[in-house]
Amino acid sequence: MIETKKLTVDLGDFVLEQADLSVEKGEYFIILGPTGAGKTVLLEAIAGLHPIKSGEIWIDGADITCLEPEKRGIGFVYQDYVLFSHLSVKENILFGLKRRRRPRDEANRTLDWLVELLGIGHLLDRRPDTLSGGECQKVSLARALSTNPEVVLLDEPLSALDPQQREGVQKELLSIQRRLGQTFIHVTHDFEEAIALGDRIAVLGDGRILQTGTSEEIFRQPNSEFVARFAMLRNIFTGEVGDDGSGGAMIDIDGIKLEVVTDMRGHLHASIRPEDILVSREMFVSSARNSLRGVISHIDDRGATINLTVSTPVDFVCMVTRRSFEELGLSEGEEAYLTFKASAVHIF
Amino acid sequence: MVTNGKTVDTGKARAFARWITQRRLTITFLLLGLVIVLFIFIPLAKMIFSTSPGVLWDTLLEGEVRSAIWLSLYTALIATAVGLVFGVPLAYFLARHSFPGKRLVEGLIDVPIVVPHIAAGIALLFVFGKNFTAGKAFDAIGIDFVMATPGIVIAMIFVSVPFLINSAKQGFEEVDVRLEKVARTLGASPWQAFFSVSLPLARRGIFGGAVMMWARSISEFGAVLVLCSHPTIAPILVYDRLEAYGLDYALPVATLLIIICLIIFVALRTMAYRGKRS
Repeated sequence: MIETKKLTVDLGDFVLEQADLSVEKGEYFIILGPTGAGKTVLLEAIAGLHPIKSGEIWIDGADITCLEPEKRGIGFVYQDYVLFSHLSVKENILFGLKRRRRPRDEANRTLDWLVELLGIGHLLDRRPDTLSGGECQKVSLARALSTNPEVVLLDEPLSALDPQQREGVQKELLSIQRRLGQTFIHVTHDFEEAIALGDRIAVLGDGRILQTGTSEEIFRQPNSEFVARFAMLRNIFTGEVGDDGSGGAMIDIDGIKLEVVTDMRGHLHASIRPEDILVSREMFVSSARNSLRGVISHIDDRGATINLTVSTPVDFVCMVTRRSFEELGLSEGEEAYLTFKASAVHIF
Repeated sequence: MVTNGKTVDTGKARAFARWITQRRLTITFLLLGLVIVLFIFIPLAKMIFSTSPGVLWDTLLEGEVRSAIWLSLYTALIATAVGLVFGVPLAYFLARHSFPGKRLVEGLIDVPIVVPHIAAGIALLFVFGKNFTAGKAFDAIGIDFVMATPGIVIAMIFVSVPFLINSAKQGFEEVDVRLEKVARTLGASPWQAFFSVSLPLARRGIFGGAVMMWARSISEFGAVLVLCSHPTIAPILVYDRLEAYGLDYALPVATLLIIICLIIFVALRTMAYRGKRS
């Protein structure tokens, strides 16, 4: 277990104040915050790489606040991986084992194990500058895991990857963490990444930790504008994704079944943008695969656009223009139909 | 399509005119640059080829010439070694820390480059001369700076160490601080992080700076002249012969010095280039 107690770090322009974190052993913990919220500095402070003003850091009941970084047993993966460009991939991975003077056969066993775990055997003799982003990421993770750290800190590990790679690497990160049972603390500004990976999430903003909890808790009852604005701009659900019986996929959200487009199966998340949902007074036939009947439970007038909350009974937020709203003559308590394409549902 | 000779020709001419127009900037800059390249190359080449190999060989066999060139080479090497020991740590410190007055310190380091070197020599005399504090202290342990080899080394360090410090500093600045941080989390002490990460990654800047410092030390004249005209380094020997016997006697020594410097400089540059590729 790793804890920070009233950790205060001076960031130059502002101060990260009184950060209390408590991360369980084996937990995949996410720190979510907007760019410039001091997420990197918080991680560096935990690793002993950034001076702190006050507060304490504990690992497994031991106070490590004043311990030097090399003695903390914390692995670090930076956003753009920062591999040692003067060393080969193999030397990069062995760097920590050499510094810790591990016997050669033990070091080689660790190397073999990491190579197998991450599937990087073909890269060992390459130089870092010849690797792709995804490959650098794996080497960087292997290097961080080599010394068997108590905690692995990951600073935006997916943001330097292109979107196609991101989903795969994200899944791999989670599966590696689950297999090793190691504590991961992962910093990101990406909500969907946070929901998909985090056992629990801490929201960082205004130089403070605003909220800590499971993704459900954070997105159902957000106490920060940063999260609330995001949660409102997406309809986020959790459900079981399975086959729909005719070659496609569907997600079951508390009994509401939606057709979706994805190869993934299992307990997953879905999001639908409010502007992708068509609202009508009567059911109509179209190529869109999802059609639901519900009752308008809330109307939020935002000027040019209006956000309707429709209970099906699962709540969907839908965005309509003022003109459509007036022409349809919608009001609270009335029935409405929601229509959206299967491809408008993002599964993650 | 008609393709008689004439239309083809005008077509080619037009294409050529367009080729020129599109590259006006490149061509102009190339011509201007060529002037400066020739300006450097012609005097050196003319000097080297105006002396016959026989005369050069005879000059090389003169004891006085050989000992002067040898003295120049090894005092410059000692100066560079001292520069590395004290200059690299300073370069690293300046690359990694900011503090009030940092710009002032950086400016101070550049001063030896901009002051007349004869004045630099006189300034050194005021510290290392036998009548002054440092001079007295060193005199007590048997080291003389005036009219002695250590004086040559001191003068060389003073005027050429800025090249090493600046180049090494730039080398260290290019090394991402986070590389050192990762090294620390992997179990490296600050010393190990420096020697196994920062130093090897900044090696090109340091090596380049050392070569510059060494070359600049060999060519130093003014500052050395004030502190130590005897034993005689090669540039002072050239000057002595020019004064005493005229151009014909100075030329072969000067040529020899240039050839030796060029050979070493090219060899080191090649080594550095190899290192860069591997």
